[in-house]
Amino acid sequence: MDAIKFVQEQLSHKTDLPTFRAGDNISVSYKIVEGAKERVQIFRGDVIQVKGTGSTKTFTVRKISGNVGVERIFPLSSPAITEIAVNKRGKVRRAKLYYLRELVGKKAKIKERTFK
Amino acid sequence: MTSIFDEAGNNVACTVIDASPNVVTQVKSEDEDGYSSVQLAYGDKKEKNTSNAMVGHFKKANTTPKRKVVEFRDFNAIEKAMGELITIQELFEEGDFVDVSGTTKGKGFQGVVKRYNFKGVNDATHGQHNRQRAPGSIGAASTPSKVVKGMRMAGRTGGKTITKKNLEVLKIFPDKNLLLVKGAVPGHKGSFVVIQK
Repeated sequence: MDAIKFVQEQLSHKTDLPTFRAGDNISVSYKIVEGAKERVQIFRGDVIQVKGTGSTKTFTVRKISGNVGVERIFPLSSPAITEIAVNKRGKVRRAKLYYLRELVGKKAKIKERTFK
Repeated sequence: MTSIFDEAGNNVACTVIDASPNVVTQVKSEDEDGYSSVQLAYGDKKEKNTSNAMVGHFKKANTTPKRKVVEFRDFNAIEKAMGELITIQELFEEGDFVDVSGTTKGKGFQGVVKRYNFKGVNDATHGQHNRQRAPGSIGAASTPSKVVKGMRMAGRTGGKTITKKNLEVLKIFPDKNLLLVKGAVPGHKGSFVVIQK
């Protein structure tokens, strides 16, 4: 097991991303290659799950686009991710927010966490 | 197993293999043994758990008892004498394609769907009743009045030696004696594999 950890540490490069957890609203800037061109796209939504450890850690961001829910899974150590900005900290009671998929409108809104 | 990102940004699934130096425990030659081969040993083992015959065998090569001993026929990549160590960087380079053999995970008594990738019955209705994963017909009737040999049926699955061919060596860590190979290799975590070029 230690050997796997060692390899991951050797080959993963990014560390300067902010910490976030399920319920937070984040904007992920990631590179898209179209033919020879490269551009940055931003995906903004709520984090509904964070799973895995080390360099295989992934997170899922859910947003409502038009009337359709869109989810995207990002590997945290992906070199395509250029920046992650945390817009809002959410107040939630579980680590995986799959229940949001069933909800629409105001019920699907996550309350903001206040810091005392 | 783990995954890494290559230069192009692709997520590549890979396996980390501990490839600590192997000791040459015996060298067989055409003149003396009728064929040429090299016997390599890996992994430490307590002397009290080793049979006296093997203790003597390891003593001849001037080494401590080892867990695994494997013979390689016509091993002429490098010339080594008995008791010398062979390291990964002497044999493999990054970008090489290697064959990895090992014992697959035992899966117990399994039906034909898992064992031989039979399709099963895709209908749940139309007269099907617990037939979804059944093998179907296993032969004709009075001619030939028997089931032909080698008919694929349910049985013990896994736990046999297989070789995965042409796995790319992605990276070598000489300090830690680790080898990073693209894709999966047979066996459990911590099981033994033989790597050949």
